[in-house]
Amino acid sequence: MILAAARTVVARDLRLALRQRSDVATAVLFFVIVASLFPLGIGAEPERLRSIAIGVIWVSALLSTLLSLKRLFEGDHADGTLEQLLLGAAPLPVIVAAKTAAHWLVAGLPLVLIAPLIALQYDVAAPLYGVLALSLLLGTPVLSIIGAIGAALTLGLRGGGVLLALLVLPLYVPVLVMGAGAVEMAAAGLDPAGQLLLLAALLVVAAVFAPWATAAALRISSE
Amino acid sequence: MRWFWYASPQTFFPLAGAIGRASALLAAALALVGLYVGFFVAPTDAQQGEAYRIIFIHVPAAWMSMFIYVVMALWAALGLAFNTRLSAMMARALAPTGARFTFIALLTGALWGKPTWGTWWVWDARLTSELILLFLYFGFMALQAAIDERRRADRAGAILAIVGVVNIPIIYYSVQWWNTLHQGASVSFTRAPSMAATMLTGMILMTLAFWAYSIAVAMARVRCLIMEEKSE
Repeated sequence: MILAAARTVVARDLRLALRQRSDVATAVLFFVIVASLFPLGIGAEPERLRSIAIGVIWVSALLSTLLSLKRLFEGDHADGTLEQLLLGAAPLPVIVAAKTAAHWLVAGLPLVLIAPLIALQYDVAAPLYGVLALSLLLGTPVLSIIGAIGAALTLGLRGGGVLLALLVLPLYVPVLVMGAGAVEMAAAGLDPAGQLLLLAALLVVAAVFAPWATAAALRISSE
Repeated sequence: MRWFWYASPQTFFPLAGAIGRASALLAAALALVGLYVGFFVAPTDAQQGEAYRIIFIHVPAAWMSMFIYVVMALWAALGLAFNTRLSAMMARALAPTGARFTFIALLTGALWGKPTWGTWWVWDARLTSELILLFLYFGFMALQAAIDERRRADRAGAILAIVGVVNIPIIYYSVQWWNTLHQGASVSFTRAPSMAATMLTGMILMTLAFWAYSIAVAMARVRCLIMEEKSE
């Protein structure tokens, strides 16, 4: 029953995202645009670009995820679906986890797929592509999971977008450090496995505990 | 001792006044003695000269900034678990003081860094995590300020404080690891040099003064919050 509920929520959110394709595209486009602005601001020497590439990609991914977080519960809150989900028989943390998974599929996975393109623009060395993709693959779900707490807390508040950034970005620091750090280590010729494992550990811990916090926050926000 | 007797805002109100007044006096006395020890009794540092004396403000402020966040999260969790109004008020009352100490720690650190390291700011692990702590305080206060309804504000803030307190060690260690990876020209001060006994005395006195100050200010703020809630 629980799995069926989760599957239904994921399928529903994916279908909704498919119907509103421009929303999804905007966040991905934002990622590309932000990353493209840096060379214009600091100059296009390949040496300099190479040294900031990983950081730029990761920070852009953080900001892009942040932009798409508002969509996570807002629509359901506005049309009353959220209340039904709160009243329903399926445990709320499971529903939250399913919604977060759908959010990652729509907002996080495209970033992982498009990141190599930006890495190409920044002239990142070819052997680093794999580590970069892996670090994003492990890191972006954490961004969605932790971001969901912030999205639930700021649900329906005035100025929610800026507030959400203030709440969530400090909590993103470990993901940024581990994710970018893994690639930097690989770039320095060291084994990035330790950092990637730490990132995976962050993902597991966040995936287990954060849905409970998000569920509690949702209940508070929709009282 | 009937603890729960004082869990009600009405009965706590006069007690908060008494505790606040006593703490304020204590804070003033301790700060006077502590500053005297720090500025006149403690010897001049061999390497840093007189500039080091700012640690009598800086170190206690940094301690308090971290400690108050934990205490705040504890009150917030109590308020969430037992649904006691006073606990949530305590969390709300502590946040500005914690943010203030975090800011003071950063400011005095910069003032000390300029003559000693020759720069206002380095991306040292401690400085960076203190800065992120300041952001966490701001997030907590901004969230509570954005919600008009008191109960929802308190409960939402409680969740954020708990999530923050779980994250602080992770943030701290990740920043520390990041710092070792990107070790630039910054000064490493992982091992504290041995301190003269009077220096330590001054620092402990100032820490106690800051404790008393925090309690006094939190009590004053709790009284305001109780009054505000009553008038609503």
